[in-house]
Amino acid sequence: MASAPALPWARARLHVVTGKGGTGKTTVAAALALALAAGGKRVLLVEVEGRQGISQTFDVAPLATIEVRIAHASGGGEVLGLSVDAKAALLEYLQIFYKLGRAGGVLERFGAIDFATTIAPGVRDVLLIGKVYEANRRRRDGRRSNPVEGEMVYDAIVLDAPPTGRVVRFLSVNEEVAGLAKMGPIHSQAASITEMLRNGQSIVHVVTLLEDMPVQETVDAIAALETAGLPVGAVVINQVREPVLPARELKAAAKGSIDRDAVRLGLEGARLKVTDTLVDGLALEARDHAQRVALEAEQLTVVEALGLPTFRLPSLSDGVDAAAVRELADLLTEQGMVP
Amino acid sequence: MTPPRAGSRSGRTPATTPRLDVDALLADRHTRIIVCCGAGGVGKTTTAAALGLRAAEQGRHVVVLTIDPARRLAQSMGLTELDNQPRPVTGIDLGAGGSLDAMMLDMKRTFDDVVLAHSTPEKAAQILANPFYEAVSSSFAGTQEYMAMEKLGQLRAEADAEGTWDLIVVDTPPSRSALDFLDAPTRLGSFLDGRFIRLLTAPAKAGGRAYLRVFNAGINLVSSTMSKVLGGDMLRDVQTFVMALDTMFGGFRERADQTYALLKQDSTAFLVVAAPERDALREASFFVDRLEVDGMPLSGLVINRIQQVAAPGLSAARARAAAEQRADEGDVLTAGLLTVHASVAETAERQRHLVGRFFAGHPKTPVVEVPALAEDVHDIDGLRLVGAALAGPVS
Ligand SMILES: Nc1ncnc2c1ncn2[C@@H]1O[C@H](COP(=O)(O)OP(=O)(O)OP(=O)(O)O)[C@@H](O)[C@H]1O
Ligand SMILES: Nc1ncnc2c1ncn2[C@@H]1O[C@H](COP(=O)(O)OP(=O)(O)OP(=O)(O)O)[C@@H](O)[C@H]1O
Ligand SMILES: [Mg+2]
Ligand SMILES: [Mg+2]
Repeated sequence: MASAPALPWARARLHVVTGKGGTGKTTVAAALALALAAGGKRVLLVEVEGRQGISQTFDVAPLATIEVRIAHASGGGEVLGLSVDAKAALLEYLQIFYKLGRAGGVLERFGAIDFATTIAPGVRDVLLIGKVYEANRRRRDGRRSNPVEGEMVYDAIVLDAPPTGRVVRFLSVNEEVAGLAKMGPIHSQAASITEMLRNGQSIVHVVTLLEDMPVQETVDAIAALETAGLPVGAVVINQVREPVLPARELKAAAKGSIDRDAVRLGLEGARLKVTDTLVDGLALEARDHAQRVALEAEQLTVVEALGLPTFRLPSLSDGVDAAAVRELADLLTEQGMVP
Repeated sequence: MTPPRAGSRSGRTPATTPRLDVDALLADRHTRIIVCCGAGGVGKTTTAAALGLRAAEQGRHVVVLTIDPARRLAQSMGLTELDNQPRPVTGIDLGAGGSLDAMMLDMKRTFDDVVLAHSTPEKAAQILANPFYEAVSSSFAGTQEYMAMEKLGQLRAEADAEGTWDLIVVDTPPSRSALDFLDAPTRLGSFLDGRFIRLLTAPAKAGGRAYLRVFNAGINLVSSTMSKVLGGDMLRDVQTFVMALDTMFGGFRERADQTYALLKQDSTAFLVVAAPERDALREASFFVDRLEVDGMPLSGLVINRIQQVAAPGLSAARARAAAEQRADEGDVLTAGLLTVHASVAETAERQRHLVGRFFAGHPKTPVVEVPALAEDVHDIDGLRLVGAALAGPVS
């Protein structure tokens, strides 16, 4: 587990959260945003796939393309939410840089906006991360600049990113737009984004479960991120189950050799009606449990071999709501994921 | 791998819910295509492979089209060569006279093949080298679904022409939503012959100076803005791309329509796969309704990874209380076993509740439940177990 002072991302402003589909990216991104906001900070939590995962997690109205407050953090901080939409970002962009006025509507009608945001290589991703880039440079005095401590609208930004299979492509905007003309504004925007992603301001965290496929994808994604020059931060292990049997009993359960007489006595002690079916059933369930624990331990060694800081979040039996996200945020803070 | 235990089902489908008879479906020679669809991660690939194996071991000549199978499962099925062609699966029981081939979809390659098959070598080379082609063939939302359909069409044609297979089992891509699978092919098709694209081809078709006259002010604005933002070369690239693809356009939609028609035939069977979780069941519910509305032949629902309770006589609440009492007495063994049981029983109860709601909303949809195995399904033995569970509890 990470020790607090050595956090490689202590100075990061942009936290990108990825992981295999369904592993808990949105949940972890939300918890991380709350943890970062504690003590009076202002944090922006962004989603880019129009899934409304964030609003569902916090149980607030669907997010739109304007930033709205979705949660208060402990000590006066706040988290704002934003769902970036490529079309809206392109129209906004055209408006700012070309003062298009009504013409935006013409572009839309001819399907040009659709075209640029779906099929033109990389343009969509430049627009999506471009919005994050813009938010990262926004100052309290209304101007924009490279981030200066204490001057910025947001103290940190958390990006609920696409899953592991797509994230490297998503973040490699420079390579993606290489097929476009070398001069256009999209190109220079891509270059600035790449700079932001690589110069130590940004860090990518990967969420996994202790299962075969998510762990495999985690290993692959981390290798690909590193090759692409994108700094990787932590592996967040989600849905960790607490061991309920001590090591010795676990071993016996796995071999199907638990002390049945002791169990009978124990069950009688608890005033339960003891039958063979009950004892057999409990032994079988314990064996399945032991098998799962062993598999998880195996996957854990694979994760630990990556040599990255790891953080663990328990499996919450009642699912995830706003209160649960707070609980997870506190756990991340306690474990030192947040400086 | 732990075999599913007979008679240990945590709760049963209500007597009124029809049971999905998988063996009858597989035995029916009239069944030519089985499509396994559902939300992400629910077990579509596993179900498709398990059904293919079971059908082959019961004597059918099967090809399974998988999409991004887990690495270990792919290896155990011999899917190591990425040549976009079916290969025989070894190590299975062919005693009943069947056979099993399997393949992994290579989306880009399938798209390349479509291009190669429908244009002159010269034009094909032009298309394949265009930067837009790269984007459309590898990352356009819906391309994978479209190519899965394309490949299914090809396999079906090959099966009909050569009599190689009498059953095709298709896995579907891990879509964001189950409905993507039905919609994406048409979306891609109509996008490619959409308005902007046609507009872009107009100047080149009109040729040279005529282009200025053809373009009205609106179009001029569009193209000049687009070239400002995206760069001038890009519009040229896209024009070449679109021109080169032009001959295939009609083709795109037509092919999507053809496969759609194939899926509607009653020799096709849709199986919706779901996990006993809120989101997955909600998706399944949408999907079942949608198939019905579209007149697609839905065979039923597979609820995969149902938690098994081996000691059904003891409630979760009683087990929790007893566990606490044993822990106070320092009896870690019994306390541990009771705690394991309590969480197993709680999970099962929660699933039962969620599944019950689905049944209430879809009383006529045939259902089969597959137990959660203690381990991932990554080899032939595992697939056989899932296949047996799909066929129903052994009586
Ligand atoms: N620690 C946890 N304990 C219990 N349930 C959890 C936990 N983390 C996530 N979940 C649940 O798991 C499901 C998936 O989580 P989440 O939506 O965060 O994943 P995701 O990776 O963002 O998924 P997607 O790829 O679909 O965007 C949700 O229903 C969520 O409530
Ligand atoms: N009944 C089962 N018991 C235990 N594990 C299972 C069962 N069914 C599937 N699995 C495991 O669950 C994981 C996901 O299954 P699978 O790959 O078939 O899902 P999928 O729906 O194809 O996912 P995707 O949407 O990502 O393509 C795999 O590791 C598989 O081995
Ligand atoms: Mg999400
Ligand atoms: Mg799959």
